[in-house]
Amino acid sequence: MTVFLSQIMNGIQNGVIYASLGLAIVLIFRTTGILNFAQGEMALFSTYVTWELTRLGLPVWLAIIVSMTLAFIGGALIERIVIRPFEQSSPLVLVIVTIGLFLAFNALAQLFFGVEAKALPRAYPDRNWLLGGVSLRSDTLVLIAVLAVECLLLWALLQRTKVGLALRAVASNADSARLLGVSAATMLMLGWGLAAALGCLAGALVVPTTSGLTAGSMQGILVFAFAGVALGGFDSPIGAVVGGLIIGIADALTRQYVPALAGIEIIVPFGLILVVLLLRPQGLFGHVKVERV
Amino acid sequence: MSLLEVRTLRAGYGPVEVLRGIDFHVDEGEVVVILGANGSGKTTTLRALSGMVETSGEVEFDGNPIAGARPEHVARAGVAHVPQGRGTVTDLTVEENLRLGAYTRRDKEVGADLERWYAMFPRLAERRQQQAGGMSGGEQQMLAIARAMMARPRLVLLDEPSLGLAPIITQGLFRTLGEMNRDLGTSMLVVEQNATLALAIASRGYVLETGEIVVEGTAADLAGNDDVRKAYLGI
Amino acid sequence: MAERARRQRLIIGTVVGLVVLAYLIWFPQQHAPADVRLWTMAIYFGIAAMGLNLLTGYNGQVSIGHGAFFGIGAYTTAILVSDHGWSLLATLPVAAALAFVVGVAVGIPALRVKGLYLALVTLGLAVVFPDLTKKFVRGVGGTNLVRVPSASLRPPDWMPGGLQPDQWGFYLALVISLGLLFGVWCIVRGRFGRALIAVRDHEAAATTVGVDLARTKVLAFALSALYAGVAGALSVQVTGIANAEKIGTFNLSILFLVAVVIGGTATVFGPLIGGFLVVMIQDRTTQFVADPPFLSGFLSGKEVLSPAIFGIMLIVLMYFLPDGIVGGFRRLLHRIATRRRSTPEPLGASVGS
Repeated sequence: MTVFLSQIMNGIQNGVIYASLGLAIVLIFRTTGILNFAQGEMALFSTYVTWELTRLGLPVWLAIIVSMTLAFIGGALIERIVIRPFEQSSPLVLVIVTIGLFLAFNALAQLFFGVEAKALPRAYPDRNWLLGGVSLRSDTLVLIAVLAVECLLLWALLQRTKVGLALRAVASNADSARLLGVSAATMLMLGWGLAAALGCLAGALVVPTTSGLTAGSMQGILVFAFAGVALGGFDSPIGAVVGGLIIGIADALTRQYVPALAGIEIIVPFGLILVVLLLRPQGLFGHVKVERV
Repeated sequence: MSLLEVRTLRAGYGPVEVLRGIDFHVDEGEVVVILGANGSGKTTTLRALSGMVETSGEVEFDGNPIAGARPEHVARAGVAHVPQGRGTVTDLTVEENLRLGAYTRRDKEVGADLERWYAMFPRLAERRQQQAGGMSGGEQQMLAIARAMMARPRLVLLDEPSLGLAPIITQGLFRTLGEMNRDLGTSMLVVEQNATLALAIASRGYVLETGEIVVEGTAADLAGNDDVRKAYLGI
Repeated sequence: MAERARRQRLIIGTVVGLVVLAYLIWFPQQHAPADVRLWTMAIYFGIAAMGLNLLTGYNGQVSIGHGAFFGIGAYTTAILVSDHGWSLLATLPVAAALAFVVGVAVGIPALRVKGLYLALVTLGLAVVFPDLTKKFVRGVGGTNLVRVPSASLRPPDWMPGGLQPDQWGFYLALVISLGLLFGVWCIVRGRFGRALIAVRDHEAAATTVGVDLARTKVLAFALSALYAGVAGALSVQVTGIANAEKIGTFNLSILFLVAVVIGGTATVFGPLIGGFLVVMIQDRTTQFVADPPFLSGFLSGKEVLSPAIFGIMLIVLMYFLPDGIVGGFRRLLHRIATRRRSTPEPLGASVGS
């Protein structure tokens, strides 16, 4: 039983990592309708900035706050300069543009910060508890707490504030929103800025738990983050979290209990997504677009 | 001084000029109709006023020049545009659409206004938490109008409100518009192909043909004009 | 009038095509094997892009997993040649058939999964493939790398001309690509092509005119997989190996999609041009950074920059040529053609009110 619970714990540990990046992906999708392939690399770049700030002597928590602010500004600028010119383009063109961003950010991160792994310290004490034979790390608790707060704030922002309403309106029908006085340009920049800040936070919390900050840190996470988002539904923040957790847990349980799939455990999370999508094409928590033809 | 004063308005899409320099005005409290067939430039006129297309010329709203201003600014100045096809924000609920209408307002009476419009359009009240995209054309039109009114605009621009609606619905629609104009004093600029109902609630009208105004006069004048009757009143 | 213009275009197109063909035939005789191999890579990249274009450009199903089909073709060929002594040429139909079958298997569940979700499920394919090969393939030293004997890279005995392996690979890829190009051309002109497009643009309407939705979509998947499989098989001749880390991945699948879009989605020649560009630009930016003609103090040795340059070029390219190269070319032709006409088009019907 403890083995089972340990594996669940492992799965949750990984799952919250996927979920935190997934949340940023969902936010950009919800507010601009774009799937941002560069999300992981933008988060990577911000994490390097965080590291640089700690190297300059800032305490970790302050470094994170400063770099989140910089990420917010950077994200808004990227929307204005790189994405805005393509606002009338087809989705495929936008995919290529975000791929271009992906390549550029990854390379620039390596350029500015070098290729050796960097050690990024944690913003909180590193502790380990034993609960009925199951090991519980402070990393996981902090990530879960942060995720929960992010989800709550995001939900409140999108569903309960005027700005959130404007963000969703612009994503759904920018022309109508503008005719009602909403500055679509500002909303788009806001969406990207917030997502960039979320990604920065994700990176700063996740990377200390790995063996070091390198250029490849985010790529594996990105794929699983996308998977979690697909499972949960692209337009649902809760979906990103639940999806990420399910992916993490499914992966961990498969490794433990299905030795026949050793080496190809990755089939299970993706297989799971396929099954869910076959039954519910909009993901677990996604919304179906209701349209009268 | 008119509420809306337009002089030599030109507008187009890229190299194609649709409006060739038109003049018209809307006085406070009036309902003015612009009649025209497909391709005449009716929709472009409204889009030009709202800043959705390139324009040149003079447009003054309440004495302030707004020609070429961005749609957000025009809306904030007090002009509400109900676009062709309703412009419903389909992913939001009915209530969210209405609240979006009040986006530019900072006062505390938004809730009271919501209730008032629900009272006027009970069908909307029934569906307040439903996704707006699932409603019928007539219901979406009611929503679009109520949403525009939520901004407490001085002037409402309506682009072919009868388009795609059954005759019975359209009659009710124009009756409502007439009531709103009488009771609230909201000025309206209505663009229509189907002239009869529009002229019934209007005080004045213009006829637009290939980007130029060819006839103007009171509603009675237009309704009595033989050419207008043949072309637009189906007589 | 229009008929004469069409015939003019056909004649010009044929002349240009023949000139290009002549150049390509002459090319391997005069260039170093490394260059020839690079161009062969460009050709099979174009083949994979052609297939993906059928699925994504003409049929609207976005896949970022075609690296997996490419890998299936590559491994089929590599294993049959190295473990079972087949000749490389003989493996091509098998690789194609196997990729086709897997394409059907993927296409069926894809019927229910739409848009972005489909893109991500196909991503799963690309991610799973390397792991699958690690588990089931016994390659060099127990890894998933399969190496074919260099003898198998040589042209078959019945082939005249004393060709070197790199030249043989080039001509083989060229001939196959021309055949597959013709295949795409026929499909696009025929009923199936119209069905593909109808399904892409409006599924509900397509069914009302009798298009079998399932058959169309699954066949599109299968054909695109076949093309990618053939490309993968050809890659074995060029690289001498099948290596899932390089070919079954997310990155390769994305590059195929990039090739489709920058060449011009839903065009016949676009993917070939796109494939060529992707391979060449990647190669050139790498070389440029390794040995830059300017800014050498800043640039040289910074190999990491070449993906950045590639990425930025993609963005710039998309801005100026959103329809891809072929799309942009068509617009240019149209602009030239309309400027010839001296009378302006009458207003009215074409302009909304």
